[in-house]
Amino acid sequence: MSVDTRTPVANAGLPGDVPNVAEAVETTIASHLHPVASYDLADHPRPKGLEEVWRFTPLKRLRGLLDAEGVTSGELDLDVQAPATVTTSRISTADVRALGGPAPVDRIAALAVANAPYATLVDIPAEAELDGPVVITVNGRGLESPVFGHLVVRVGAFAQATVVLEHLGSTTYASSVSVLVGDGATVTFAGLQLWADDAVHAGQVALKVGRDAHVRSLSATLGGDLVRLVETAEYAGPGGTVEQLGVYFADAGQHLENRLFVDHNAPHTTSNVDYRGALQGQGAHSVWVGDVLIRKIAEGITTYESNRNLVLTDGCRADSVPNLEIETGEIEGAGHASTTGRFDDEQLFYLRSRGIDESEARRLVVHGFFADIIRRIGVPSIEQRLLAAVEAELAVTVGLPSSDDAGDPA
Amino acid sequence: MSTLEIRDLHVSVNTESGPKEILKGVDLTIRSGEVHAIMGPNGSGKSTLAYSIAGHPKYAVTSGTVTLDGQDILSLSVDERARAGLFLAMQYPVEVPGVSVANFLRTAKTAVDGEAPKLRTWVKEVNAAMDRVQMDPEFANRSVNEGFSGGEKKRHEIVQLELLNPHFAILDETDSGLDIDALRIVSEGVNRFSAQGDRGVLLITHYTRILRYIKPDFVHVFVAGRVAEQGGQELAERLEAEGYDRYVRAAAGAAAE
Repeated sequence: MSVDTRTPVANAGLPGDVPNVAEAVETTIASHLHPVASYDLADHPRPKGLEEVWRFTPLKRLRGLLDAEGVTSGELDLDVQAPATVTTSRISTADVRALGGPAPVDRIAALAVANAPYATLVDIPAEAELDGPVVITVNGRGLESPVFGHLVVRVGAFAQATVVLEHLGSTTYASSVSVLVGDGATVTFAGLQLWADDAVHAGQVALKVGRDAHVRSLSATLGGDLVRLVETAEYAGPGGTVEQLGVYFADAGQHLENRLFVDHNAPHTTSNVDYRGALQGQGAHSVWVGDVLIRKIAEGITTYESNRNLVLTDGCRADSVPNLEIETGEIEGAGHASTTGRFDDEQLFYLRSRGIDESEARRLVVHGFFADIIRRIGVPSIEQRLLAAVEAELAVTVGLPSSDDAGDPA
Repeated sequence: MSTLEIRDLHVSVNTESGPKEILKGVDLTIRSGEVHAIMGPNGSGKSTLAYSIAGHPKYAVTSGTVTLDGQDILSLSVDERARAGLFLAMQYPVEVPGVSVANFLRTAKTAVDGEAPKLRTWVKEVNAAMDRVQMDPEFANRSVNEGFSGGEKKRHEIVQLELLNPHFAILDETDSGLDIDALRIVSEGVNRFSAQGDRGVLLITHYTRILRYIKPDFVHVFVAGRVAEQGGQELAERLEAEGYDRYVRAAAGAAAE
């Protein structure tokens, strides 16, 4: 287990004695943590593994996804179940770019766009109030050839929608997903990585938050051999709110990586990131990197990001790196927290002092640790499925921490 | 008829400068039907006694015995002690985020009884127990102790006491931080518990205030890790008037010799 918690980087970015003035003009900032977003593969050279954004990832286990330039995609099995007012269509990359969504931030997302034969557009009209969730299912059909998927979900202004994107089965999959949220819309977006044990999945989920829109996302990664998702959020105008929740459960040998980048590029915007993970078994590895950039123009914003890891057994490694780059002094609030640890002895003592045996007490604590996040998504069917999946993970706990057996004096 | 017997109990905690003995030979016998009050100044080891009986891993029993009807309690795990019939109402109940009070109570009841409570009557029982301590039934849906006020946490402890209905209840400064209404509500809960006639209570407190509501059969003055004096209700009244100074000075004098 390692804990890598950096102190916030406060970078005024101002030359000399120029005061922090209200009319400060926004210019393109090359954040040292994030390469330029671009559709052009040439802007995303193949990483060697030492790069800041790749250093945690075991590149060899990506099954050649980084070298897939020009590779023909295997067939994407993508199914959309949606209320009648929602339309689904296939569009070109040029059409996607015309929608003005965020460009890929890394090579795999760029390859997903370049190699996917088409993009799937799920269109939720303005002012729609859906009577049920939009459920998009990606089914992995095997490991024969890598699959490249490009999905755009557009939510019209003032619409209210819940979108579930679930991933099942076995595959090697590079994905680019954009959720473009119109002004004043309220969207719940749940991305569920419930892959089979041998799946490899990497890519980007990009949220673009309209003026005064409210987006709540949940990323749940429970399956797969390697899952590496970059979740970016940016704003199309002031007043938007994004709440990014996440849960992951890494078992023996699993590499689960969540990289978040919240770009406060508009004033009076709010972001709240809360990711929680549990790890069990030899070689279980989780990576959480939470980057927040507060641009000079982004005055009066509020941001908080948190990552908590619960290490259930020996032999696991949780890397957790929050970064905060602040380029304006006029912010409402900014903070972050990262904790990685074993069970809270006081919680276990309290439960056990009520007669609950040790394994049941541990199960309750882990269940609660995740339920605390999962229940905030506010969609009962997803909550039940995820809690059941967490229960299933707990049922295969490979052993209890050897250094955590102090529960019994005597 | 049960007996909780503590004999010559010595307990240490680990400190930076090595193990430190907190309990220095405690003798105490509590029979079902009795209410014992343990009173003492801060730092006298009252809470250590409570947590040692419950089996908190922080406290190491170096010698002595604790038995429940002859059964060695110290060889049991924390949860085994609870299932054997001990209950500790804590001074600072712990928050368990994401675990609902309803789930927690049902799991604990199932563990203590060895079988799940009857669904049909259980919810009513829980609601009634909460109602008796004036807790809104809505608390059943909240996470265990999370965001509860000090008084709500203590009332939640009493709800557990009533629902789990152990043979012996140890109440560790359950009166601390309570306003007069909450103190009365909590005390009434303890009195309902002991009124069953065959339950023992060990009430640990710093103040005599709670003894206006709960009448102990025995009062023990606890100083410097052992029982310094024992008596009845009149001893509590004397402590109310005189405080602990006399005992503290005597203990300091004994230590200096």
